[in-house]
Amino acid sequence: MTPVNRVVDEIPARLDPESAEWLRVLGADGPRREAALARLHGMLLRIAQRETRRRGPRMLIAGPELEDLAYQAAADAMMAITAKLSQFRGESRFTTWAYRFVILEVSAKLGRHFWRRPDVRLEAEDWDRLPGRFGFEPARESEWRDLLAALRRAVDTELTARQREVFVAIVVNDVPLDALAVRLGSNRNALYKMMFDARRKLRVVLAANGYLDDDDSGRS
Amino acid sequence: MNGWSALDRFLRADPRDVGCAEAMEMLHVYVDVVAAGGDAEERYPGIAAHLRACGPCGEDFEALLAAVRDDAG
Repeated sequence: MTPVNRVVDEIPARLDPESAEWLRVLGADGPRREAALARLHGMLLRIAQRETRRRGPRMLIAGPELEDLAYQAAADAMMAITAKLSQFRGESRFTTWAYRFVILEVSAKLGRHFWRRPDVRLEAEDWDRLPGRFGFEPARESEWRDLLAALRRAVDTELTARQREVFVAIVVNDVPLDALAVRLGSNRNALYKMMFDARRKLRVVLAANGYLDDDDSGRS
Repeated sequence: MNGWSALDRFLRADPRDVGCAEAMEMLHVYVDVVAAGGDAEERYPGIAAHLRACGPCGEDFEALLAAVRDDAG
């Protein structure tokens, strides 16, 4: 993977007037700062509410629980923003920088909430659901049966135990990445990198056995 | 998209992919470029590759872009 830090130097550090005003009032004292904090909280809460309502049904969350989650996400985002205000370098509009905090809070909180669902079992392995995950049509099973059998063999023989555990949870059992990170005491980035390596290994094996094109450009 | 191409696409690991941590660190910058009509994929190919491949980060990208566009609208 390629470091992306170098791109920061290419971005002009000029602040747009609106962002400059946000920094000025949030860095001040008194009622103007309080008013700005209240306004920012309202903006973050609206975003949190929209995102929780959009994503909540997939997690089987609704009603007051969803509303609580939105309020918590907005409150935690506010704390992070005020604590990290000095780290805002003007690479984007201030509000875009601030909104990112609440979006990431919503994702993290929904990930933690996932395990409250009564139907979730990490240990289950329902490989029969795999064809549906990728849109293989049951009527054409004769065309893809060998491919998926080869994929399952490769998962069992080519991946490390940890890679296999993560692959099965995410791909076979459809556990969200953030939820799995909570359960395994890990984080989104570490599990994604593990899956990244697993995907590459599996594709090499399937290509070597003629199931997929032997094309190593690696670009979609 | 049929199952074969979906599986093939899923298993392709783009070497430019910067991973979740770096993509999320720069997400606000990337989103502002997209919202302004700039070619974010050209400027940040590693982030673009990641957002295509990572469902959760892709969803966070879409959510942040929607929030920014709501402000503009």
